[in-house]
Formats: sequence, C-alpha cells, structure tokens
Amino acid sequence: MDLSTTYLGLKLRNPIVVSASPLSRSMDSMHQLEDKGASAIVMHSLFEEQITHEIESMDHYKSYGTESFAEALSYFPNINDYYYAPEEYLELVAKAANELEIPVITSMNGVTPGGWISYAKKMEEAGASALELNIYYVPTDVRTTGTEVENRYLEVLKEVRSAVKIPISVKLNTFFSSIPNVAQRLVNEGADGLVLFNRFYQPDIDLDELDVKPGIELSNSYENRLIIRWIGILFGKIKASLAATTGIHTVEDILKLTMSGADIVMMCSALLMHGPGHIEKVLQGLELWMQEHEYESIEQMKGSLSHKSITDPSAYERANYMKALNRYKLLV
Amino acid sequence: MSNTKNGKVKVTIDGNEAAAYVGHKLNEVIAIYPITPSSNMGEWADEWSAQGRKNIWGTVPQVVEMQSEGGASGAVHGALQAGALSCTFTASQGLLLMIPNMFKIAGELTPTVFHIAARTVATHALSIFGDHSDVMATRSTGWAMLAANSVQETMDLALIAYASTFESRVPFIHFFDGFRTSHEIMKIEQISDAEMKAMIDDELVLRIRERALTPEKPVLRGTAQNPDVFFQAREAANKYYDAVPGIVQKVMDKFKQVVGREYRLFDYVGPKDAERVIVIMGSGAETAHETVEYLNEKGEKVGLLKVRLYRPFSVEHFIKALPASVKSIAVLDRTKESGAIGEPMYLDIVTALNETAAAGKSPFKSMPAIIGGRYGLSSKEFTPAMVKSVFDEMKKSQPKNHFTVGINDDVSGTSLEYDPNFSVERDDVVRAVFFGLGADGTVGANKNSIKIIGEDTDNYAQGYFVYDSKKSGSTTISHLRFGPRPIRSIYLIDHASFIACHQWFFLEKLDVLQSAVPGSTFLLNSIYGKDEVWDRLPRQIQKQLIEKKMKFYVIDAYEVAKKTGMGSRVNTIMQTCFFAISGVLPKDEAIKAIKKSIQKTYGRKGEAVVQKNFEAVDQTLANLHEVKVPSSVTSKVEMPPAVSDKAPDFVKKVTGMIIAGKGEQLPVSAMPIDGTFPTGTAQWEKRNIALEIPVWETDICIQCNKCAMVCPHAAIRTKVYDPAKLASAPASFKSTDYKGPEYKGMKYTIQVAPEDCTGCTLCVEVCPAKSKNDPNVKAINMKPQPPIREQEKANFEFFLSLPEVDRKNVKVDSVKGSQFLLPLFEFSGACSGCGETPYIKLASQLFGDRMLVANATGCTSIFGGNLPTTPWTKNSDERGPAWSNSLFEDNAEFGLGMRLTVDKLNEMAKEYLTQLSADIGSDLANAIIQAVQKDEAGIYEQRERVKALKQKLAGINKPEAKRLLSIADNLVKRSVWIMGGDGWAYDIGYGGLDHVLASGKNVNVLVLDTEVYSNTGGQMSKSTNRAAVAKFAAAGKPTAKKDLSLLAMTYNNVYVARVAMGANDAQTVRAFIEAEAYDGPSIIIAYSHCIAHGIDMARGMMNQKMAVETGYFPLFRYNPELIKEGKNPFKLDSKPPKGALSDFTSMETRFNSLNKTNPERAKELLKLAEEDVRVRWALYSQFAQEGSDAQKAVSN
Repeated sequence: MDLSTTYLGLKLRNPIVVSASPLSRSMDSMHQLEDKGASAIVMHSLFEEQITHEIESMDHYKSYGTESFAEALSYFPNINDYYYAPEEYLELVAKAANELEIPVITSMNGVTPGGWISYAKKMEEAGASALELNIYYVPTDVRTTGTEVENRYLEVLKEVRSAVKIPISVKLNTFFSSIPNVAQRLVNEGADGLVLFNRFYQPDIDLDELDVKPGIELSNSYENRLIIRWIGILFGKIKASLAATTGIHTVEDILKLTMSGADIVMMCSALLMHGPGHIEKVLQGLELWMQEHEYESIEQMKGSLSHKSITDPSAYERANYMKALNRYKLLV
Repeated sequence: MSNTKNGKVKVTIDGNEAAAYVGHKLNEVIAIYPITPSSNMGEWADEWSAQGRKNIWGTVPQVVEMQSEGGASGAVHGALQAGALSCTFTASQGLLLMIPNMFKIAGELTPTVFHIAARTVATHALSIFGDHSDVMATRSTGWAMLAANSVQETMDLALIAYASTFESRVPFIHFFDGFRTSHEIMKIEQISDAEMKAMIDDELVLRIRERALTPEKPVLRGTAQNPDVFFQAREAANKYYDAVPGIVQKVMDKFKQVVGREYRLFDYVGPKDAERVIVIMGSGAETAHETVEYLNEKGEKVGLLKVRLYRPFSVEHFIKALPASVKSIAVLDRTKESGAIGEPMYLDIVTALNETAAAGKSPFKSMPAIIGGRYGLSSKEFTPAMVKSVFDEMKKSQPKNHFTVGINDDVSGTSLEYDPNFSVERDDVVRAVFFGLGADGTVGANKNSIKIIGEDTDNYAQGYFVYDSKKSGSTTISHLRFGPRPIRSIYLIDHASFIACHQWFFLEKLDVLQSAVPGSTFLLNSIYGKDEVWDRLPRQIQKQLIEKKMKFYVIDAYEVAKKTGMGSRVNTIMQTCFFAISGVLPKDEAIKAIKKSIQKTYGRKGEAVVQKNFEAVDQTLANLHEVKVPSSVTSKVEMPPAVSDKAPDFVKKVTGMIIAGKGEQLPVSAMPIDGTFPTGTAQWEKRNIALEIPVWETDICIQCNKCAMVCPHAAIRTKVYDPAKLASAPASFKSTDYKGPEYKGMKYTIQVAPEDCTGCTLCVEVCPAKSKNDPNVKAINMKPQPPIREQEKANFEFFLSLPEVDRKNVKVDSVKGSQFLLPLFEFSGACSGCGETPYIKLASQLFGDRMLVANATGCTSIFGGNLPTTPWTKNSDERGPAWSNSLFEDNAEFGLGMRLTVDKLNEMAKEYLTQLSADIGSDLANAIIQAVQKDEAGIYEQRERVKALKQKLAGINKPEAKRLLSIADNLVKRSVWIMGGDGWAYDIGYGGLDHVLASGKNVNVLVLDTEVYSNTGGQMSKSTNRAAVAKFAAAGKPTAKKDLSLLAMTYNNVYVARVAMGANDAQTVRAFIEAEAYDGPSIIIAYSHCIAHGIDMARGMMNQKMAVETGYFPLFRYNPELIKEGKNPFKLDSKPPKGALSDFTSMETRFNSLNKTNPERAKELLKLAEEDVRVRWALYSQFAQEGSDAQKAVSN
C-alpha cells in the first residue's frame, strides 16, 4: 500500500500533515507526532506582531519612566541580550529540522510587507523545508476594495518569494470574490502550494462585561465540505500543490479531500482533541479502507472526484446548492 | 567603546561605572545595598557577575545584596576576615551605617576599598546630591581617604587605592562627588586587565590569604581589651599609617609607568611663583583647575592644590607641593561642621602650616595667610565665577574667613559676591543644553549622542543631566559639551552655544534661552511650522532670539514621530536635528553614526524597529526648517506667574521661586531655620501635565465613587450637597440627583481637578458603568485637556467651595462613604498611575485631621516631602496630617516615639485635668477624661469639649493651667501612622518594625508593598517574589517572598491585614478602619502596583486584581479583637486561586523579561513560585478554617 504523496515538491510518507498549532511548540510534542505517523509538521505561526511588537513592547516597558527621576534612572537590570519570540522560534526550527526525519514547514502570519519578512530568510537558514504564509487580513474599511485586498496578498508573497528559495505555500481564507482567480495569481507570483482554508477565530460577545472577546472553537468534520468544494474546483486547474485544512478528523474526511484533489490533509483540532495517537489510528483506518476498496496508492485516488474529473461538475457549482436545498425540503 | 591611536580603549561612561569597573575586576566578594547616588555601582557589579564577567584573576565575583549598608559592611568585614578580596559601594547615611565596621576593619589592618559617591548627610532635610559631609564623618575611623575629581580619576584612583591598600594594609575610602562625578558621562581611557595585573602585586594578595582566619592556623581576632593594654595596642599600628603616603605615591609613580597618567598626593597647578593658592578636593578642583589656567593666561599669578590623599594627611608632601612664593591660601571645604572653628580640611591645613612653621621647616618667606570657606553643599553649583571670587577675596587685606561662596547669605554675611557673567568657556567647545520631558526620551538620546561623539570622533565629550523631583511629567535638562581637549568644566552650562527645547510648553514655564550666548542656535519642537511659529512664541523668547542674534530652527517632531510609528518618543528625531545643525560632526557622518547606533541598539533582534528608527532619521531632515528671525518683538504672550496670586505669602515668595526654577536666587533669609515647611502647597503648583483628563457622564454614572477611590493624585473627587448651592454654579458645572437613601434629596457631583490630574486613566479603567447604547462609553471617559481646562478650572473651584460632607454622618467604612471625605493628601508628584498613593490618600481621608505620620525614606517621602511642594494638606479647620521623615532604617521606632509622646501627653493632660477639676468644672473634666472616641461623632464631641476646656484654661491663672493648655489637644484621639515601602519594612527597618509591633503600642503601620526598592530604581528586597527580575536579581529572584504578615501574626496581639485595592476596595477600607480602631499595633501590607514592575500603569488596578485572583497575593485580615470574643481572628478575604499564576505574571515585564533572557530558569522559577502560591493558600485556608492557636486557647 503506497500512502505517499508529494506536497510542495516534498516527498511525504503519507498525506497527514500537522497544521500550524500549539502542538509544534515543543520538541517532545513534535517527536511524538513524528512517531505516530505525521508526514510533515507545519510549525505554529510566527506572527508579524510578535516580530515587530515584542521587541517594541519590551523596549517600551523597560524604558517606561526611565531617565526621568534622579534616583531611579531605570527600573530593570541593564541586560539587552533578550531572547525574543522570533529567536526562540528559529532555534526551535533548527532543532526540529535537525532532529526530525520528516520535513518541517515554518509558518508566518502577517498582513503587511515590511521588515518582518526578513525572518523568512532566517527560517530557511534554520533548516525549514518549506514556508507557509498565512496572510490573515480582515478588511474593515468600507473604502478598501477587493482588488486592494488581493494585491496585499500578492505583495507579501512577492517579498517572501524574493527572500527565499524554499517552496512557499499560501494559506487562504474564503473571503474572495473569485477564489480560482486569486489562486492563479498567487501561483503566478511564485506560490508552490495553496492551503485551503484558514479558519478565522470568530469574535464572541461577553454579555456580563458588554465586551467583544475572541472565541476559540475546535473544528468538526462538517466544516470540510467547503474545502472539498474549492479543492475540487482548483484541482488540475492551477499548477500548485493543494493542502486541505479545517475539519479533517476521520478516515472518511481524508478520503473525501484526497479524492477532491488535495495532495495532503492537515490536522489540528482532531489532534488537540485526541492527541498525537490519533494519526496512527487514522492511518491504520486509511490503509484498511484502501485495502477493502482495492486502492493501491493515494496518488491513484487524488483528484478522482474533482470538479474536473467528475461527470457532473455541477455538484461543485451553484446547481448543487439548488439540489441540496430541494433535498432538505423533502427531508423536512 | 573605541580604540585610540595608542591602543588604549576609550569608553564613554559615568563615574559610578568607572569605579564599579575596577571594583569588580579586583574583588571576589562584593556586598551591596542601594542608596542614591551610589546604587548604580552595585547594579553594575551584580549585572556583570550575572553575565559571568570575570575579575583579573579569572573568577566571577560573588555579589550579594544585604538588608542595609550596616549589613553590607558586616558582610565585607566577614569576607575580609575569611581571606577574600572584598569591597562595597555606598553614600551618605549608608556610609554612616558602615562606620562601626569601618573602625573594626581599620583596627584590624585589613585591606579593602569602599567606593563612595559622596553625598550630603541629612540634617534639616534629606538631599540626594553631592558634598563631602558623609566622607568627612568617617575621618576618625582610621581609613585612608583618596579623592577622585573626575570620571577618569575615579577609575584611576580606584586602582591606585587597591594597590595601596594591599601594600599598606590600611583600608581605603575611594570617593568622588555624588551626581557631579558619579552621574556625569565622560569620554575616558579604560584601564586594561593587563595594566591592572601590572599594578597589583600578587604577593600582597597571597599575604592577605595568609592572614585569613582558618581552622588550620587558628587565631583570635577581635578581642575585648582592658585599660591595661588597649591604649598601647591602639598605638601599635602607627607605623602602618606613617607608611601610607609613601606607598600611595610609590603606587602613583608606578601607575604613571604602567598606564601613563600622573598623580601626586597633592597635585599643584599654576606657576611656581603663585601668590594665591586655593586648596580643594573633589570635582570642584577641576573647575578651579580650568579657572586657574584661564586667570594665569590673563596675567594673574594664582595656583591650585588638589588634595588627593586626604587621610593619612602627609604634612611633608603638602608643604612640598606648595610654591614657596605663596602668600595666601584659601581652603575650600564641601561640607559644613556647625560649631567647629572651621571646616575639617581648613583645620588640617592650618595645623599643617603651623606645625611646619613651629618646627622651623617652613619653606615660605612668611607665614601664608589662610582662610577657609564652604562651597557646593548638596551639589550647589561651583563655577569659575566663584573660583575667581575666592581669588579676588584673597587679594584683600582683610579677607573674609569662614566664608561661603555660591549662595547669598544675607543673614550671617558669610557669602562672597561673584560675577555670574564671568566665563572661561572656550569657543571651540560645543555647549548644548536640551530641555525635555522624562517621557520623551531626551536624556537617553543625549547619552547616545555623547557615546557617538565620544567613541566615533577624537572629540572629548561630557554629559550631565538635571532632573526635577517629580516622578510624573518631570522636566529634564541635559548639559552636553564636546571639544578637542579634556573637559574640566564641571558645572552646568551657563553660556550655551546650542539650545534645544523638545516640548513647547516649557516656553511658558522656563526661561529656556537664558543661558544662550550671542550667535547661538535655538532648536524648537513645534507643532507650528516655520511661517507660523514666530507669532506663537512668548515675548521673552522673541526678545532673546532677536537681541542675541540667534539662529532659529523648528521641526514638528510629533508629526514625524507619528508618521514613522515612533509614538510620542521624539528622541531620535530631535537627536538627528541636533547633529544636522550643531556642526559637531559633518551631517552625513552624523546620520551614519546615528544609524549605526540604532543598529547596535536594536539590530540583531529588531529589524523592523531599526527600519522604523531609520525612517524617522530620514524624515527628520526633510521636516527641519530654519526660521528667519524678524527684527522686532511682536508677541503678546507673556510667561504666567509660577503660582496664583491667591497663594499664601510664603508660597509666592519661596515655593513659587523654586517652582519657577529660580531657587538658586533665594537668599539664606528666605529659608526656614529648622527645615519646617507649611503643608498644603501642592495645590499651588499647577503642572498641567495631562494631555487628557476624565470627563463625567452624569446619566451613566452609578455613583459608586470607585473612580475617586483609586485616583493616585486626589484629582477626581465626589461630593453630595444641598441643591440650593447650585445657584451660583458655573454653567458647565455638572450635577445630578444623589441616588441612595442616605442623602435623599441632595445633589451629587464628580469633579476633576484639570490642572492636577496626570491623565493616568486608572479611574476610567475601574469605572464599572457602561452606556447601554455604546459600551465603549463609560461614566467617565478621557477627553483632551486643553479645550476644557479653563471651564473645568472654574468648575473645580466651585466644587471646592461647596461644603464638605458632615463627617459625623458619613458611612466611613464603605468605599462610597470614604470617598465623600476630603483627601488631605493631594496632587503629589508620584508616578502617573501610582499604586501607593491611593492608600495614603485613603488614610488621609479617614484619619487625616488627627494624624501624625512617620514616613520612612523612599518614594513616599519623596513625593510626600521633596521640595518645592508637599501633597499633605489641611482641611478648612486648618487640621491635617503632621508629617516627618527621620531615616530609612528607623521609621518604626520614629513613629513609636510619636505614639509614646501622644500617650504621655494625654496622660499628663488627664492628670492636670484631675488637678484642675474644680477650676474647670468637674462635669467637663470628667467628660473629657471618660470620653469614648470610637467614631467621628465621638471625636467631634471631644474636640468641642477640648475647645471649651481651652477657653476656661485661658482664664485660670495657675501654672498647671498653662501647662495643660499647651498639651490639651492631645486629649483628642490621635492616629499615629508609620508608613514606608517594603525596602524599609522587610529589609533595613525590619528589626525596628518587629520591635515596635512587639511593643503592644497603638501604632498603625502601612507598608506600601511594591516588592522592590522603587525609589532607587527597582532593586530586589525580601518582598520581591520568586522568579521576578529586579536589579540585584538580574537572573530572577531564586527565593520566595518573605511573609511579613505571618511574622506579625505570630505575636497574636497585632492587627494584620493584606490588602489590594484593585482586587477588593471594600476590604481595603474595612482593613484601614479596623487597623486604626484596634487599640494596639496594627500593620497593613498594601499591594501596590509600580512602574518598576514594567506594566501598563493605566491598568495597574487590573494587575492587582489578577495578583489576588491567581493567589499571588491573597488577602486576609487578622483581628486580635475577635479572639476575645472567642471567634477566629483570621478572615480570609480571597477566593481560592483561579487560573494559572502565569495569567498574572505574564502581564508584568519583571516576570516576562526572565523568559526572554533565560527561558529555562524562568520556567523552573515559575514552577517554584506556583508551589509557593499553593503552599501559602493551603496555610491561609487552614488558618481560616481552624483559627490560630491563640483563638483556640481562648475558645478552649
């Protein structure tokens, strides 16, 4: 049984990749993930804010109130050799690249071109096999056009592309007027792969405090329907690897996404819920299903039920909506 | 750091770093304790050891912080006896605390060096600034005393002191002037390890080891001796002292060979045929040196003798150093010994000359005339003009002796007149003065400029920085000199070639161009552009720009900072302007150097920050504009008076001058003779430092008074009052119906003091009321101050005119009720958002009109009692807290003394009452004696009775009546409060505090617990929590916080409370009420967030809340009164810890920074700190469930 797949030009032993999550914050955890079968690890994101703001915030609080009063010209020991999050991150990347057999993909999360992008190069130097660019941008200004938003993605990608030689994937969200067009433009700008989709943390309202607070909910399998649609649509149309993320929990989820055209599937919520051992369990299930259904390899099923491959592509299109609605009506 | 042509390393550092550098290189055990201005030496030593920096023998010195300077000297004494090379650093009262050990160390002929940043000893007032009163107080200890006059000399003579002490065995005080040298930044040549090794004879170090106490060769040292032998033994060491001068000179000669710089025990400057010579030591000698050279160039024949080795005083070397031609000598002492024939060095010189003459060895043609004078007390300026006036005085046939110079003594007539316009400054020296705010980074940028110029060019550089005494909105004035020769101008720049004003509002407060010389340059940070700015300038500024033919440049640095993401910090921008127009460096070179420095500061880890700063630099040049100065004055803007016309006379004449920065001009007659000042003066110092102030929304407000409760500056207040009073209210005065039943029908107002608010926003943060329509709007919200300043000024004035609430009817034991009481602590200069002052203010509201305060030295004594003004104030009956500060270490004892007196005078008054009962009337006498003063009503009634008593006593012609009249006020209940920080309560004053708590006397101790020595810059105390980074704990404090509350509880008869206002304000009020009501000792440990925690001060109360919720600082009250009732005296006021300790610690830089320097250690220490929380909670829970042993004993 050949579970191997290729993603961003990297040969992977199976399609289960750990997506950017707290699971990659320690070497212990990463070793466990590898032992349990993960084929690659996308490390937790290094945020633009971490890079630009952490040093500023430390500088601010350490210098706040200093040089103002003769008896207390400072309030902290005069140590400047601080170990900021980007450095810790890079050290962890280097360690992971060195100790793990599987590829280590680093992740950068930001929205503006600028100085923070220099860390892409540092990630490459630290040993990252590829880089995932998570451009997490929520437009709030009514004057911002869709084109401006798309250009922002392209600009960030362009800068990162010019900084590194390793493969780059871009993690997208669903809020584009034309996802295929954006996907194509990103590929044209040098993206080697696309990760569909980023899962925004949606805000919640605290009724006691009358305040808006970020809410965090783990995903469920139902959420991968959206991914199936878009991977299915993009498969074969753009020359880039496709990764499915959000709502990948079960063997069935993997099969569906692979058949829609994903080169790999990324897991996070399932691992947070069940632990790294879940990968092993799912892989066993995958092999069993493939045996039972006489599939020889992942490559064989990849994209077999994509928009391009199926006889009735409308299932991925608007007509599918009508059908689904009609069915729903019948059920009730 | 840079290398010079001769291969020497040049560094641009201050005196403290220079001394610590040598101290750290030549010792193995270093005991430290913070005291201004020497704290930085200990900080350097601690940081270097934390970084693993080694001494010249290749080992990292062990640095230990002690509980006091007495402790530090004791530890050094022990370390020396056990055979280590050991030293310490200190100043002022700290040095005085070391004296007992110093006698011992000298008596035992033990080599060591104490590095002293010489500072004024507190007399009529404390002063943190420099003079020689501390080192002069140690003359009798038997230590050699070596004076360094500059930063370079501080480094050089430190090494000479070590080499000398090792050889002579006599211990050395190595001193230099506090602030003037300790904090002056100079470009100097650094002594290398190789040079130090060449100077230190390892054989001598081996001999130190041989003399060490060791069980292998046991000896007894430190015996008790009797009259039969003590005297002889005391004389046995004489030859060692006799040898010291020769040894020191020998070492100095060797130093010249090894290092290249030359020193003598007494260094003479001037011609061989000088007739008038000044003898002086310390930084003033540099000014005198510069002046002597100038005067001699002008044809005078004057000389200067710099005293370096003051003890042992070598008469022989002294006489040899003087030119035989000398006819007149003036000895200048930087100290005052009241009642002495003269100051110490003057007496030494008189004796030296007379003994020489008596022995027939005088080389002088005739006995020189000698006069002595005082100068420079508490860092008073000492300028070439003053030096010249001394030389001029010496020309007179009958010169003044025991003169003063630098002040106007219109009382005793001691002062010499001098010409303030006299200057010896040379034109090739750039003399730049910068006016900035503490918060705008001006000083930091200037320190950086000095480093750039000092290290990147051949120029010599000097920087000295003047700060006001406020901890919020403070003004800084930087004095920078750059020139081709070593700089000896050790005084503030009074003839400036460049002046920069980094904040517009200084133009209306200070005469910023006063020191500008003709043709100089003025750089102004202005929101008004080059075409608009002229008309906005005050007349005085316009006039000087024209008359002095100055060049004038403007830049809107705020705008550049905003555009480039620099926030409010205009430092880099103004620094760039300085380089662009001052001509110190070619523009391009300067920009390159600034960028290099930015890269060095942020480079490795902050590319984005570097780019941001680079952009600010680049943007600056495009926004810097020269303004063409018109030929006539057009402005109608005048500088307003420093204080209102309505202020009392003393405030107008004295306080107002100090506020205006003209305190130097006040004559001796203006000063109180005994350090006694009026209270209630902060209200006259309208600082207007808030950019935004809170504005009240009447319809949203729920009238909880929490805003007033947390206000650190008593700048937001509440009142309830009769609606009829609103008849004369200003139109914009806000008022609403009072919502509670207790003042039904009354009106309610929250009012802000717009000119006194610091804009900290604590009030807005704690406000629980939000608009239902827009939850972003609270009952109070921050709004820009300038547009509403005048309106709110009028409103605040009207608010103050409304009658105060009747104290007899207020529910004082509630947050709401307590905040209707008039604060008698207002508008302090504490940090914006201070966590300590809300507690002090609360105490003043509850008990202020009958309060005596003993205040330990520290933040509280500085914002409470540092001139020009005090926040302690009075009510309309002229009653208010009476406040005093004794020392740092003795505050509990000081307060106990107050209590003992109150009790004694009360007892005596009652005795007199009994004796005079018939005259007074037994009813009144008995009523007074038996009065129960448990509440405000009871106290009011007793005051009324005492008032009646005083009226009666005035008519009774008996000595007892007069005596009773003088003490009758003590019949009204007094509230004695002992206040201070954790440095005092946990460390230096703990022994005394413990004793006072054990005394059973009715004192109230308030510990403002910031968990560090806040006032001296955040050094670790025993209150510092495990895992926190502090100075002296650069690697994180490894041990747990001392539980002072538990220690106090062990007495069983002490009321103990742990409070945190931000977590439980109601519990705080109750604790204060109960503590004061308890007829015995009480202690309140009040968790106080602090700027030294590295937090968002606007959210300080939230940090307090988290500290309590996570179990970091649990709250409880232990009330021994309850034991009598058979109840559990221990009431746990916190809920079980919620969440992880890191939920709290991650909010504070003191914890976070360890994560950034040593993540592994941070993790380990945090784990232990979590265990501390668990264990403490388990213990407290047990107390809460089971009660204390005492309670159980009573119950059983």
